[in-house]
Amino acid sequence: MRHILAVLVENNPGVLTRVAGLFSRRGYNIDSLTVGRTENQNISRMTIVVEGDDLVLEQVTKQLHKLIDVIKINDITSEQYVDRELVLVKVGADAAVRGEIMQIVDIFRARIVDIGQRTLIIECTGDEGKINAVIESLKSFGIKELVRTGKIAMLRGQKFTSLNETREDD
Amino acid sequence: MNLSGAQIIVKSLQEEGVEAIFGYPGGQVLEIYDALYHSSLKHYLVRHEQGAAHAADGYARATGKPGVCLATSGPGATNLVTGIATAYMDSVPMVALTGQVPCNLLGKDSFQEADITGITLPITKHNYLVKDVKDLAKTIKEAFHIATTGRPGPVLIDVPKDVSVKKTKFKYPDTTCLKGYKPTLEGNKGQIGVAAKMIAESKRPVLYVGGGVVISGASGELFKLAELTLSPVTTTLMGIGAFPETHPLSLGMLGMHGTKAANYAVSECDLLIAVGARFDDRVTGKLDEFAPSARIVHIDVDPAEIGKNVRVDVPIVGDVKNILVELNSKLEQHLSTNWQDKISEWKAKHPLKYEKNGKLKPQFIVEQIYDVTKGKATIVTEVGQNQMWAAQYYKYTKPRSFISSGGLGTMGYGLPAAIGAKVGCPDSIVIDIAGDGSIQMNIQELATAVHYNIPVIVAILNNNFLGMVRQWQEIFYDRRYSYTDITGPDFVKLAEAYGAMGIRVNDPKEVKPAIKKAIEAKRPVIIDFVVEREENVFPMVPPGGAIHKMLGG
Repeated sequence: MRHILAVLVENNPGVLTRVAGLFSRRGYNIDSLTVGRTENQNISRMTIVVEGDDLVLEQVTKQLHKLIDVIKINDITSEQYVDRELVLVKVGADAAVRGEIMQIVDIFRARIVDIGQRTLIIECTGDEGKINAVIESLKSFGIKELVRTGKIAMLRGQKFTSLNETREDD
Repeated sequence: MNLSGAQIIVKSLQEEGVEAIFGYPGGQVLEIYDALYHSSLKHYLVRHEQGAAHAADGYARATGKPGVCLATSGPGATNLVTGIATAYMDSVPMVALTGQVPCNLLGKDSFQEADITGITLPITKHNYLVKDVKDLAKTIKEAFHIATTGRPGPVLIDVPKDVSVKKTKFKYPDTTCLKGYKPTLEGNKGQIGVAAKMIAESKRPVLYVGGGVVISGASGELFKLAELTLSPVTTTLMGIGAFPETHPLSLGMLGMHGTKAANYAVSECDLLIAVGARFDDRVTGKLDEFAPSARIVHIDVDPAEIGKNVRVDVPIVGDVKNILVELNSKLEQHLSTNWQDKISEWKAKHPLKYEKNGKLKPQFIVEQIYDVTKGKATIVTEVGQNQMWAAQYYKYTKPRSFISSGGLGTMGYGLPAAIGAKVGCPDSIVIDIAGDGSIQMNIQELATAVHYNIPVIVAILNNNFLGMVRQWQEIFYDRRYSYTDITGPDFVKLAEAYGAMGIRVNDPKEVKPAIKKAIEAKRPVIIDFVVEREENVFPMVPPGGAIHKMLGG
């Protein structure tokens, strides 16, 4: 089963290596890992999508906790959350097919962010299903290049992954 | 007044109460060595950086205080790696300081540059590359805090040359603030209550004791727990000394080369109380058949050890000593049942034994060392058969009296670790029980021992084989002794060449006098015991086998 971990870490050099190294040497499978700063500039947040059963996840979480730079881990999989991914796709787009591509872009509420002589770059955000669907729809035009950010996720409503305990706010 | 980074290092080490550093100078630590020159800190010059790491490790294991080693950048730092990994696997508190090329040369494949923080990432509890002299004191404070608290371990601090030169105001911090590091020390009271109830209900309990009891200083509490519950006690290799092996409830070691009584008891118990142990594969053998009818209570300071290898019924995370105090307070005195009778029966029926045929046997030598030292020596070992015989045939009664590379199994560990142990405990008799293979891996440290007149005794059980590998080749590879027949130097002459004393023993009758002579010499001694070549360590659980199915013994 896939789990989404929201992990707060000290924004120290090498913290990404520490986390990535831990996953590789203990043989855990990462689906995706994203990292960026939070509202506190000393703290970064990683969203790690990891594949494994409950026992594996328990070990992943405990081993992550042993890293001094890891401050907090939240497995949000079983909670209500919003997750998003951003993809940029460069597709082959002769004048003849541009209209068709623009229709697809509209349907998915994606955007065209660059027009070349024979290519378009399309930007799309959404959950994994939507991203996969938009990529599938664009395949027939010839995908020249594709880059996706990996998943970021956040708990819905009044729950937080923050430095204070996850709590119901009043 | 402003101090240089090097001076800050020395001052900080003094603030931490460091008494001994083991190290080796080089280009990028010249500043630090210059600061040492002017200080009262005692530095021991080893002959190879690996020796420095093992000596710091031996010092730490013998005293319970953090060991400190120091090396230059590049090859100096990489030579520490085996010693750091050894300390990591056995949870030994250690702070390793390495020099590094100046910040402006970092990442440019500069002369004697190695990415030592990258290299040691998986074998340190934490590590640092200090790029600003203002961070140095705080980093050292954190390093000692991390190395010595929770589950101890090695921490490395990499100091670029320019950082050791630059000056700043020195103030050693009183506290640390690490948001991501707050070890749980108090056990959950509810869980302890559940464990106490389970213990009260148990008909056939066994205490399975690891190095955590030694580290936490919980031998007294363990003793009380064993006597309250009349639970037989078996220790891992790292747990040796946590419970007196002369006690009727002692089963000795369990696992691959454990006693039959210990392995039978674990296999038949209805409650296994694991205390500061981690269910290593050398202990459990085949997992499905390990303690098959037992419920398991697991007490450990490291939550990641719980549930890692076996399913646990009652996990209790916290400092072993705190937990045992609380647990003992909830228990009442148990009465003897036929479980204790059965244990005594197993012990009487299956003692450790070897064939006595008049030849010089390695087991006999270990027994004689026990006799002569009355069980009061600090025994350090190399790795292999010598290590197992030292574990089996000496009766340990005190924590920190057995020092051995358990998790990593590092050949060459014994001599430098013995030097460190003797520096830490100058009043103890320190004996390295060695093999002729292992001793050659760090024999150069004999020069260190002679130079500082550190009177360690090296007892080589010399069979001219890499004995443990040979044993496996005999049993599992139809006696094809592929590259295990090893020739050593004349160890007596070698000892004399280094300025140590050398004694050769061929006859069982000469064993005791030789040990006595070595102890009385008060200087480094090598005793070359020429033992029967193809002696085996028994009993033995074949790798991956169930622990109650043992070969030999």
